[in-house]
Order: sequence, then structure tokens, then C-alpha cells
Amino acid sequence: MATPQFASFFPDFYIERIWEKCIKCRRCVRECSYEAHIWDPKKKTLYEDHTKCVGCHRCEAMCPTKAIIIRRHPAEFREHALWTPWFIKNVYKQADQGGVLLTSTGCALPFKNYFDHLVLDACQVTNPPIDPLREPMELRTYIGPKPEALEIEEVDGKFRLKKKLPPMIKLEVPIMFAAMSYGAISLHVHQGLAKAARDLGTLYNTGEGGLHASLYEYGSNTIVQCASGRFGLHVDYLNAGVAIEIKIGQGAKPGIGGHLPGEKVTEEISKTRMIPVGSDAISPAPHHDIYSIEDLRGLIFALKEATEYKKLVFVKIAAVHNVAAIASGIVRAGADAVVIDGLKGGTGAAPTMFRDYIGIPIELAISAVDKRLREEGIRHRASIIASGGIRCSADVVKAIALGADAVYIGTAALIAVGCTMCQRCYTGKCPWGIATNNPELIKRLPPEVAYEKIYNLVKAWAHEIKEMLGAMGINSIESLKGNRDKLRAVGLTKEEMEILEVKHAGE
Amino acid sequence: MWNIALRAKELSGCGIAGIIHRKGELIPGEMILKAICCQYERGNGLGAGFAAYGIYPELHEYYALHVMAQNKQALEKVEEFLQKHTFLNFQEPIPTKKVKTIKDPPLFKRYFVRPKFDEEEAEFCDITAEDDRMVQLVMEINEKIDGAYVISSGKNMGVFKGVGFPDEIAEFFRIDEYKAFIWTAHNRFPTNTPGWWGGAHPFTILDWSIVHNGEISSYGTNRRYLELFGYKCTLLTDTEVVAYILDLLIRKHGLPLELACKAMAPPFWMEIDEMPEEERELYTAIRILYGGAVLNGPFAILFAYNGGLVGLNDRVKLRPLVAASKGDLYFMASEEAAIRAICPDPERVWAPKAGEPVIVEMEEGVIPNQKSYLKPRPAEVKEDALRIGYLPPLLFSSK
Amino acid sequence: MPLELDISRLYYSQVNKIIRDYIEKGEREFIIRGVNGHRYLFAGVSAEVKVELYGTPGLDLGAFMRGPVIRVFGNVQDGAGNTMDEGKIIVHGMAGDVVGYAMRGGKIHIYGDVGYRVGIHMKAYMDKVPVIVIGGKAGDFLGEYMAGGIIILLGMNTLYPERPIAGLFLGTGMHGGAIYVRGKVKESYLGLGLKPYPLDGEDEKLLEKHLKEYCEDFGLDLSEIFKEDFIKIIPYTHRPYGKLYAY
Repeated sequence: MATPQFASFFPDFYIERIWEKCIKCRRCVRECSYEAHIWDPKKKTLYEDHTKCVGCHRCEAMCPTKAIIIRRHPAEFREHALWTPWFIKNVYKQADQGGVLLTSTGCALPFKNYFDHLVLDACQVTNPPIDPLREPMELRTYIGPKPEALEIEEVDGKFRLKKKLPPMIKLEVPIMFAAMSYGAISLHVHQGLAKAARDLGTLYNTGEGGLHASLYEYGSNTIVQCASGRFGLHVDYLNAGVAIEIKIGQGAKPGIGGHLPGEKVTEEISKTRMIPVGSDAISPAPHHDIYSIEDLRGLIFALKEATEYKKLVFVKIAAVHNVAAIASGIVRAGADAVVIDGLKGGTGAAPTMFRDYIGIPIELAISAVDKRLREEGIRHRASIIASGGIRCSADVVKAIALGADAVYIGTAALIAVGCTMCQRCYTGKCPWGIATNNPELIKRLPPEVAYEKIYNLVKAWAHEIKEMLGAMGINSIESLKGNRDKLRAVGLTKEEMEILEVKHAGE
Repeated sequence: MWNIALRAKELSGCGIAGIIHRKGELIPGEMILKAICCQYERGNGLGAGFAAYGIYPELHEYYALHVMAQNKQALEKVEEFLQKHTFLNFQEPIPTKKVKTIKDPPLFKRYFVRPKFDEEEAEFCDITAEDDRMVQLVMEINEKIDGAYVISSGKNMGVFKGVGFPDEIAEFFRIDEYKAFIWTAHNRFPTNTPGWWGGAHPFTILDWSIVHNGEISSYGTNRRYLELFGYKCTLLTDTEVVAYILDLLIRKHGLPLELACKAMAPPFWMEIDEMPEEERELYTAIRILYGGAVLNGPFAILFAYNGGLVGLNDRVKLRPLVAASKGDLYFMASEEAAIRAICPDPERVWAPKAGEPVIVEMEEGVIPNQKSYLKPRPAEVKEDALRIGYLPPLLFSSK
Repeated sequence: MPLELDISRLYYSQVNKIIRDYIEKGEREFIIRGVNGHRYLFAGVSAEVKVELYGTPGLDLGAFMRGPVIRVFGNVQDGAGNTMDEGKIIVHGMAGDVVGYAMRGGKIHIYGDVGYRVGIHMKAYMDKVPVIVIGGKAGDFLGEYMAGGIIILLGMNTLYPERPIAGLFLGTGMHGGAIYVRGKVKESYLGLGLKPYPLDGEDEKLLEKHLKEYCEDFGLDLSEIFKEDFIKIIPYTHRPYGKLYAY
């Protein structure tokens, strides 16, 4: 007798087919990459394997007669506050398979989301709000180390700089696209991100999967990543962008490396990563040339030397308990920007325990890092880039008011191109053509569509940010940076407010 | 004849006024008083003040500390502090007059001091070091001594301010008994911050004094920026940051006055993008480095120092600014009509562009401790603590 | 005539700048003396140049480089050939830890022993195959995470006769490429999913080709090397950890 697989007895989702509407066109069968819809050629009918449904809603969206509804499976366990279906089913899965629970996206637990406990200010009477549609409103931001003071000289009655500024990166909007590798997401999404970044005047990040030949033309809007796996990393790649990001950690899985499952390593991926087709692309937990902070300085300057000091070097870490001290070390090691990825940061694949339980919320991390760098007098030496759980333009505004120079968005950009947050990126079967390299699936999301959606999203957010700045009575983003006067807390404890350096509403 | 009134028409009702004589001739106090009083309905009786330059010629070598204290104990603490950290040349109560409408005024005293240095510091004791030390001491008194505030600390100048209408404050401080080569005055309608004696304008640090009309919406950012350089904002008002930004940018970073003003009210990126290359690089650099010093929101300010008077308004002209001159006298105001009311026949009247400073410096050598900030000077910058791009001396010494 | 430089009083960033300037001007051969602790020499240099280095270069010699052939008369420190793309490093001495990390192409020939974590995460694609030949012995984690490329370990010119030829966790996490070892290794020293195999004809041809070049570099006798048999260590699965997860 075969061992029963308990997990398969209790599907998460239920595929409801409305037979009066169904025309048996079998579109659902073709759309479902998980094979939850099945055509029975003998009986000439359709049936469902609910256990295979991941809740991506692709069939529901594509059904020409709208004959499908995907629901949570109605079967319920007896109520128990502690042993919810989530924990019961996870135990089944592990008892069935003996493996590490794997998932995707960012922390799914309802930890307190500090962005949702911060409210913004607006002008009333004592100073005028500004109309951003008709009056100037500036979002331009520069990333990189800044000298403390300028040296000016006067020549022929005109002032000019005595010494030019070191290289910096200009962003027309302080929202960049977070590292998502070619491999984790499809080439089409990468192409969409790159083109949107160019047209928006911002940057996208290659992630650690190397750079496809078609994307070199977007160099001045590109951050290339150097992670521990060193995939696709060569001189042309390092010189391809305007910045190199050393990835130390990721908010979704602090303390472990990257892992592109073999299912996603196709011929093309194998070529850019230089690993065998079908093998797991492993990025080790540490960079094996960085076992200590002085080694980080070693790698930072190796990259700077290799690129003749023309590129900025970012260092990305997960926000963990001691984030402020770590960030200070990173700045002292010579990084031009510190990227902090919070608890809520997403991923294509992470062990569930890591995704949900490791790391600290980004809001607290930004405030703590900004404070520490300011106290040490080194805040101007590096920019702070915040990422992980930024869902709307107000989150961007709050992150900047807490001390960030710019933010990264990842999940939001993927949702913009159709992601429904089914959290199964690691399977490589993304039916929306986003987190897959399957040549058939990626056709579902052409690069032009990806571009348009991402461009629209950031354009809309940029406009909302301008509206919010205008309401606060300021007309350039630098006057928002670290400006705690614009924030008030609602429902936070004294300690939380102390860390965030905000007052409570009403104060 | 040289009185001037700056009328604020918009949301907050402050009025400001400023006069300077380029040859350093003294202007009687009753003139500035008339100027500010003729628009006293713009204030609400919760603040008025005056800054006067050239009022202590005999003691011009000493920092004149005008100290406001809630009670004797606070004053004693200040004195104890000054005994310890300064050479005290002369002290006296600031002469005041009883004014019926002013109830329970704080105590006012002035001290003429020079900072003391530890022995090892003493050898570096030049003017800059003295100024820095003085800033430090003032910050310390304001932050640490409860109920006592230094309301001005420059040489040969002083600030007189408090809660009341301008005529009441002038009467209280006997402004008509002073003569100065630069005057500024303020009539206050406090909005976001409480009406208290320390919150009245002018605000000062060393000999910088500021009167301000409007609200600085970027206060939180400016304050944090200044904290990076050791300035502590203790007076619960946005105007204070202007004084410290001027001190930082001009005195410490050596920016010429004009560029410091551009840092506070910068051109728009769209304007910068169209500048010729060298100018574009300069203004880009100013915006990148001094983003924390941008004063965002509606403002018109007048600031003065030993040697000059400057008017500046915000970069979208949410406050108007008009300047005029007659002979060696220069005026600044928000309305031309206001100028003509007190000086019917100015030789020149002009409306500066938004964010364009009006800078009037006195002729060279007409007053003691004269300062000029028209030229760039080397910045006082700390050594790079991170040693990035640093060449180890042993490797690099002799080739 | 090669260009001779004494860099004993220069900082690494100056040295690299000078070298790049000369390469730009067309210089193709360098003799560099006074090398001591200079980091990142030839890092990211993309040119076919011949270099002789005298002394002890610092961290990350030839990192990311594409093309230079560097002969070091001395030992090299940690990180030599880090993520190197093409070219060659020949070391007339021994090498530190993490040599050839994530190497993508080119060759590293070391006369003597190497430290820990050498040749980890090497990669290969089609005919772009990096090669490391080690004349002495290796520390632990040799070839960890290897996805491609070749490591040849001879165990001959060693300072440590008492040590095993390779340390613990040999090839752990390896999922591509091959490690050839002259002599034998304990199977318990091998990482998960690996097995030693005897050489086949292809292997022998390959070894002969690479070792001939190695012997030419150091003036060694090829037949001496082949006096002992080699084994080949390769993964028997692409996915040693494929069953790690529960979905």
C-alpha cells in the first residue's frame, strides 16, 4: 500500500465551474501550467484536480465565458486558535516529504506594519499647499557619497567649483526597481523594467543572474548585482551599468543565499549563468571572499578598481537586529549606498521560516540606520535605499521622511504586470508568464505590456508623491528627507515612536 | 525719512523691516520703530523685536551676550557658566522701562565676554576658533540651563525682543535711546509656535540676525541637517534654523553670500538643466550637497551681520520683496508703496526675482569687526574619517 | 622590450592607473618589481598583456581580469584570480585561500600548496572552461559549489608531507565540472552527491594537455607526474539538494 500523502487530501483552493456557462473550449486546460484543469477525451468533458490549484486565478481571468471561480476550499477543520489550517497543512507537507518548506514573495504574517501606523501632514492656513499640476514640484534625487562642503572659486567675477563632484547617479523619481534576476523572472519582465527605468529616469537592478545581451543598451539605467554566486559576472557586465550592488543579504531570507531551482535553469539561463541546464543555481550564504567587514572593503575596492572608479558600489543587506551597526560598518568600508531590505521584502524562493520570521520591519531599520550614520557624522558618505514591503506612494513618502534617499520596489512592479501573489514563483510555472523561463509561458507577458504597466505604475506614484509634497507645502523632495515633522504616529507605543523619532498624532 | 515697513499680506501676519547705511552712519532707533509700528495691526501682540548693529562701540572687541532669564536662579547659573568658560569684561542689566501692558517680563542682562580656552587649545585660538567656541557656549546655555536663553551673541550688536506689540517692546527696551548703522525689526503673528519671549524675532547666532515672515515647511529636514554639524535647535521655531544655516554655509563652509542664498532658495532643476556647463555643475553641486539647507515654503527674510544687510525670499515668490535705495541708505520691503510712504523719492526701486538675494554690504573699513562675505573662502572641513582614497604615508612618503 | 616598473612606493590604485595608461598606449609586456601587498593588480584589465611580478601581491590579484598572463615570482595571497574571466596566473610559489573563486575562464597554475576554498563556484559554458592546476596540496572545501571547470590536484610540491592531499568536504555542493586528483582521497572527505571514478580515454587526453602546459610553465617532467594514477571526482547528479524542499 502506498503511503498516504496527507497534504493532498486537503487542497487550499476549490475550482468552481459553472456548467451553464462552460462551452468546453478547454482554454482553462491550456492556461493552467499546474495541470489543475483536465480534459477527458473519452467522456469529452472537463474535470479538476483541486490539489494542484495554487490560486493564481489565471483560468478564471482567461475563461471566455467567465465560467470559473477560484475560491478558498470550503472544507474546514474544526476551529482552533493555535492550530490553524496553515500549520496543520505545513506539518502534513513536511511529514509527507521530509523537506524544508519553500515559498515565495515576502513575509506573509500580520506583524505590525509601521507604514500603516504613520499619517502624513498637510498645510492648513499658516502656509500654503502647492498645486503640483501647475507649479514646479521636484523629485530629482542624487544617489552616492557627497562631500560635506563645496569648494568654490571665483574666476572672472563668476563662481565655479574648484573640484568636481565625485560620480553620482541622478534619479528623476526616487523609486528604483529592486534586484530580480533574469532566471527568477522572465526576460520579458526584465526588458519591461529596463525600458520603464529609462523612460522614467530611474534604475532597475539586474539581480544576480547576469545580463541578457538585449539589455546592454539600457546601461545608464542599470544597476548590476554581484552576489555570492557571481553568476554572469564579467568585466563587460560590471561596466554595463552605473552602479554595482554587492548583495550580502535579502529581506525575504536573511542569512541564506540565493537559490534558483533547477526547474528554472533553461538553456538560456545556463548560458548567462554558466552552469549546467537543470542544475540548481546556488548562491552561497556568504560571499566566500567576505568573512568579515574588512573583506567587504576588499570586494568594494576590487570592484572599484576593476571599473576604474567610474561606478558606484551599493551594498545590500537584510534588515536584521543589529542593522544600524552593520550599516555603519558598510559605509566605513567605502560603500556609496546602503540598501536595506526589510522583513517584508519579496523573493522568488525562500524557506517559509526565513520569509516569515527572520529580519526586522524596514520602517524601524531606516530610522535606526539614518540615526546611527548621522550620529557618527558619516550620513553624507552614502545614500540609504530602503526596500521591502513598499506598496504605495504614501509608503515611499514615509520611507523618505524616515530618512531614506530612495526606495526599491519589487513585488509592486510584479503585481503591476499581473502577479496575483499566489506565492509559487519557485515552481517556475508562473501561469502569468512573470516568474518563469518556460518559452511558452513567457509569451503570455510580452515586453511591451510589461513596460507599459510598470511605467504607468511609477508615473502614477510619482504624481501622487508630488500631490502629497504639495499638500505639505514643499516643492522639492529634499525637504522631505528625514523630515519627521511631516509624520505622526497612530497607535504606536512609546518605544516604537522613539525608534521612529515621531510624535503621536495630537502631539 | 529712511523708515520702512514690510507688510505681510498673506497667511501669517508678520511684518519685517530693515535699513542699512553703507558708510556706517548711525540711524536713530525711533526710525525703525516708526517703520514697524505703522503696521502694528499686522501682528497680534504676541511678539516684536529689533536688532541693532553698532550699539556697543566701546566694547566692540567683546561678544555681547543678551541673556533672557525667567528668574534670578537661572541668571545665576548663566553667570556661573560664564565665569567658568569666558573672560567677563563687563555686565549690566539691560535698561528697561515699566510698560503697563507688559506683565511679568523676564529678566534681561547683557555680558561682554571672550571665550576661554583650555591650555592645549589656546594655541589655535584665532578668530574662527573664538567664534566656534562662542557658538558652542551659546548652544550649551540654551540647551542646558533651564529658563535662560542667549538671545544675541554678536560683537557690537544686540537684539531686543519680547511678547507684545512693537511699540510696547520698543518702549520696554528703550529703543529710542539707541543708534545703529543697521536696524532690522519684526512684528509677529505667531502661528505654529507659541508666543513666548524667546520665540520673538530677530533670531541670532554670533552677529547673524534674522527676521522672518512666513513658515518654513522644511523645518524638520533643516533641523536634522544642522544637527549633523552640532547645531541644536532649542527655540521651538523655524526661524532659528535660518540663522544656523547662514552660520554654517557662510562662516564655516566659506560659501560666498550669494551662493549661500542660492543654497537656501535654489533654482529649479529645469533652470539648472539649461545653464551653461560650468554654472550647471556649480548649481547641481549646490543642490546635491545642500538639499538639507533648502528653505521650503513661503518666506521673506532679512538678515544682517556686522557689515551687511540681505533680503531673500522663497523661490516661487510666495512672499513679495522690494528693495530701494537713496544715497547710502538701502531699504527692503514687500511693497513699493510701503517704501514710498517713508521715502517718497528713492533713487532706485527694484523687485528682485524669487530666490534672488538683495545683498547690501557697507563700504570697506567703515566699522570695527567689519565682515564681508561676497567672496568664497576655504571651507573648514573635518579630515576624512574613513580614509577613502587615502594614501598610506609609509608607502607614499619619498619617491 | 618589456616595460619595467618598481612599485614599492606606490599605492595600488596608482599602479593600476599607470598600467592601464601604458596598455592604452600600446604597451604589452610588463616586468613589475617591488610588489608587496598591492591589492587588485590587473583587476578588471581587459587586454592581452604579459606580466612578470616579483614579490608578494595582495588580495584579489587579477580579479575579474580578461586576458593578461601574469607570472608571479613569489607567493600569492587570498583571492587571486577572483571571478577571473580569461588569461592566466602562474605562481612560482604557493597560494592563499579562495583562489579562483567563481572563475569563468582562463587558467591558474600554482607550483606549490593552496589554502582553503580554492576553485569554489567555478563555472563553465561550452568551450569556455576554467582550469586550476595545483602542484601541492589543498585545504578544505576545494571546489565547493563547482558548476563547471577543471581542478587538477597533484600533491607533489608540498611543504606539508603530513597532510592529506585534499582537505575535508572536497567538492561539497559540486554540480558540474571535474576535480582530478593524483593519488587517492578518502571517500568520507567528499561532499554529498560525489563519487571518485577511474579515468577514461577522454580524461587522459585532457589531463595530458593541461599538465603538459603546466610542466612547461615550471620546467617539470611530465612523466614524473604520470607515475601515479589519477582519480576523477564528479557529481553523479546535477541536483545534489533537489529533494531538500517540501512544496
